[in-house]
Amino acid sequence: EMTSSVSKGCFVFKPSAKKRRKTPTVEDYFTRGCEDTENSKLRFRNCQTLWEKMNADTELLQDELNRKILDSLLAFIRKSVSTFQRGTDDWVSRMRAHEIPTAALVLGVNVPDHDMTFQCLSDQLQQSVTPFVVSVQATECAALNHMLQRVLERLMGTSVSVDNEEEPEQCSTNVNQKRVHCSLITLCNWYKTVTKVCTASSTARKKRTSVGKDMQQHPPIVVIFKDLEAFNPKVLQDFILICSRYVEQLPLMFVFGIATSPSTIQHMLPHSVSSLLGIELFQSLSCTQHLASVIDKVILTSQFPFKPNGKVLQVLVSIFLYHDFSVRNFIKGLQLALLEHFHSQPLSVLCCKKEAALVHATELSHRDVERLQQLPSFMRYVEEQGPQEQVELLTSVDHVKEVCQKLLKDLCKYHKNYYTTLRCLHILTASLPKYPLGKQIRELHISCLEKNVWENDEYACTLLEMKKSRRTKKMSQFEILRDQALEFIDSLVRSHLAPPESQPLYEVCYYSSSAVLRRHLNATPRTSIQTALSNPYHYLKNEDLRAEDGTVSNAAPDICIVYKLHLECGRLINLTLISLHLPNDLFWKPSEICLGTSIVTCFHKLNRNMCIARFIQAVSELEFLGFIKSTKQKTDHVSRLTWGGC
Amino acid sequence: MMEQCSYPSIFIYGHRATGKSHVIHTLLKELELPYATVSCVECVSVGLLFEQVLLPLFGSDSASLLSRSPSLSDFVRVYKQLCVQASAKQTRYIVLDRAELLRDMEANLLPAFLRLQELVEDNVTVILLSEIVWDKFRPNTGCFEPLLLHFPDYSKGELQQILSEDSHPSYSPELYSAFINILLGVFYSVCRDLRELRHLAALNFSKFIEPLEQGKVKESDTHKLWRNIEPHLKKAMQTVYLREVSSVQWEQQLQMEEKEAGAVRGLSAHAHVELPYYSKFLLIAAYLASYNPARTDKRFFLKHHGKIKNTNFLKKNEKPPPQISSLGTLQLLNQVGHDDQLDAPKYKCAVSLDFILAISRTVSFDMVKYLYDFL
Repeated sequence: EMTSSVSKGCFVFKPSAKKRRKTPTVEDYFTRGCEDTENSKLRFRNCQTLWEKMNADTELLQDELNRKILDSLLAFIRKSVSTFQRGTDDWVSRMRAHEIPTAALVLGVNVPDHDMTFQCLSDQLQQSVTPFVVSVQATECAALNHMLQRVLERLMGTSVSVDNEEEPEQCSTNVNQKRVHCSLITLCNWYKTVTKVCTASSTARKKRTSVGKDMQQHPPIVVIFKDLEAFNPKVLQDFILICSRYVEQLPLMFVFGIATSPSTIQHMLPHSVSSLLGIELFQSLSCTQHLASVIDKVILTSQFPFKPNGKVLQVLVSIFLYHDFSVRNFIKGLQLALLEHFHSQPLSVLCCKKEAALVHATELSHRDVERLQQLPSFMRYVEEQGPQEQVELLTSVDHVKEVCQKLLKDLCKYHKNYYTTLRCLHILTASLPKYPLGKQIRELHISCLEKNVWENDEYACTLLEMKKSRRTKKMSQFEILRDQALEFIDSLVRSHLAPPESQPLYEVCYYSSSAVLRRHLNATPRTSIQTALSNPYHYLKNEDLRAEDGTVSNAAPDICIVYKLHLECGRLINLTLISLHLPNDLFWKPSEICLGTSIVTCFHKLNRNMCIARFIQAVSELEFLGFIKSTKQKTDHVSRLTWGGC
Repeated sequence: MMEQCSYPSIFIYGHRATGKSHVIHTLLKELELPYATVSCVECVSVGLLFEQVLLPLFGSDSASLLSRSPSLSDFVRVYKQLCVQASAKQTRYIVLDRAELLRDMEANLLPAFLRLQELVEDNVTVILLSEIVWDKFRPNTGCFEPLLLHFPDYSKGELQQILSEDSHPSYSPELYSAFINILLGVFYSVCRDLRELRHLAALNFSKFIEPLEQGKVKESDTHKLWRNIEPHLKKAMQTVYLREVSSVQWEQQLQMEEKEAGAVRGLSAHAHVELPYYSKFLLIAAYLASYNPARTDKRFFLKHHGKIKNTNFLKKNEKPPPQISSLGTLQLLNQVGHDDQLDAPKYKCAVSLDFILAISRTVSFDMVKYLYDFL
């Protein structure tokens, strides 16, 4: 009855609240795919704790690194305010042009990282300098009226109307909001009212101690342009021209977020406009230095039990260096490695702080103990023991647990020694000409992770270079001491800088599937598309589609068949010629016909028109995917866009 | 000009800072004539323009009579309505600054303003101010020809006279005049903009009179004063005039002792951009493709790709992701050709030769071998 109606229709039935399934949490997703669900909850918790610590540490680092530049920026803004307040008392102020103070903040090409910096800047400004801070992005400011609208709306908190827009159906939520005109005159009037209110109540408010009297009465209005290069130059120029007409009534200040170099300002703004601004330059830390600090804090420390191995670290660093210079993406890559490690390695239940790990070691299940015994590093350890010990290790579960605890403690000690020695070696070799062991500590670390660093040719050369002595028979005091010191360091290196694979139970802490990581982070959608088109069985898993040696069965989707056809053609494909010679059984689809109460599958040939129609549809799908393109060179032809091993 | 009907429209043109708006506004204020002045750059919508015309002439309630998105006929109707209530005893003046922007607004606006007097049947004159000549304004469909007035650039003598008017209160006008003479001697060849010159005078006067303050010279020793200030003015031309450094930084530099003042690096000294590895190669390839003739592409690019295959770091399964759009956002590549050619976007490399040579050096790619112009 609920579905009976006069006309045909579609009826939706929402599930009742009682029957509604509980939405799965992140933990559920994690444990669902895990090999062993018993300890998976524990692993999940370990993973989360580690990630939260990593995130907090990197954010703190980001704040510290930003602090220097933010402090200088704040100092600049405060200084500019007092200049504004000076007024026209003296001759110089009357004569000179009133420029808008502008800070040109050069941040680097890693644009995804800038959001955090600007958010930080905005918050700090609002806390300590002025409540009137507004950020704009190029995508929102395609035209001058949009830009003005955004700035005004965000500053005044009311909705601003631009005349040629249609009135939206719904009114704004706050009934007290009036629609005001999109012009700076409105802003001036608003500013006067707001600052009068401020002055009146400033005697009551004693909170702001760090802000000068000037700023309380006339807080500056700061406009932050997040991505300057992306702005339309004309829109930017007009905006600056308008603002400079009101510079005496409104204490405006600009911050330009620049990705490339400050000379971009001179490219975007003609002299008549840039002479309206008083531009000062602020350079932020280079992103390679930022990366070095992050690696130092999160990887080169014994505080974090989780570690990427040499290949994995190399993948992450090369994505940074070769593709995008983005520290945020590097951290995301680390997070992925962290998640993969805890997800795929059941023994990662032991990958946590030492005390907790020792406790978990005693609580290992039988299955986990077996896994432990099968670890390659553990088996190597077993082989090095005496026969009595070997038997115990292979049979007694309790003994294995005891030994496990000892090995975990050894692993901790190894890490503490490793990082200290690494830093010593880095300081020693970092200033040598041509950087034989790498300029950055991460390069040295990666080479240490991969093999015995003392077997490196560069290492031997380095030692030799440092041992260079004059060809006198008697060595000076300094040279003797120097040689002794170098020998000591060499011995330290040999005993402590062994790669982690030499330590038993290293698999607990080290993640080494660099191929998996690379596949996720360096996705190649083109390869997936080509695999899908040339071998549809790979994804669809339909038995009818199984085909050998690169052929494709007629049951395949139309686009696969046409794709194969196009591969056999030259650069220009004559569509008319092909469609004339299409065999009628090129595409066929099984269809199900209802005959009485039974359902029969049959294949039927298509008629000519149907065949051509499907061919043309498949051709346009191929064009949409970017394999072919229509060409003006010959009528009815299309040109191939890809070559070779497709 | 007051009670008779004046000419419907006047077009005043001349370069920046030739006194166009200054003269007009001073005249209107001194003679206490009713006027409204609007800068067209602020008028993002036509309604704002109309409002800013009506408010000064007819009071603050007049704008509310306009509808939300007023058209020209709305404006004319409201104006006529307001005229009835407040008839003009004198000519009203409407001054439109940056009038060249009217050409980009609705097509009927400019012709209408030129004969507004006729449309509203009121004694009103519209004055258009612009830096562009009238020939570029004239609409194809024809219009009422306004009265043309040209404000020529100031000659050196006139600049001297005008700038010397604002002498510093603590010093004699002759001294200031001498200073202006020196300033013009350095800057006149590159800058005739009155505002800019006045700004430079304000920034540099303190340095000029420094030896006087320190008691080293007398007012009449103009030669010594010149010797003191001339190198600073030359430096100012390279830096603060070009806005390489800001005026505030310049003043700070002048105040510091000679020995303490390190060179403040100008904006264009910081031209270095750190780019990721593949982006550098992409940019180099784009530069080669943009600036080598098309027929030489095959020769260069095959060799170029051969070079990349020889190096070890490009593994077989590692493909550089498309970074063209991000290079475009950074304005290192510019899109050329129509926006609607989605299937064949064309880009052109927008960096200078020095920039690309610096980049190719960082990846050890000898670029000069591949540039057609250098063979």
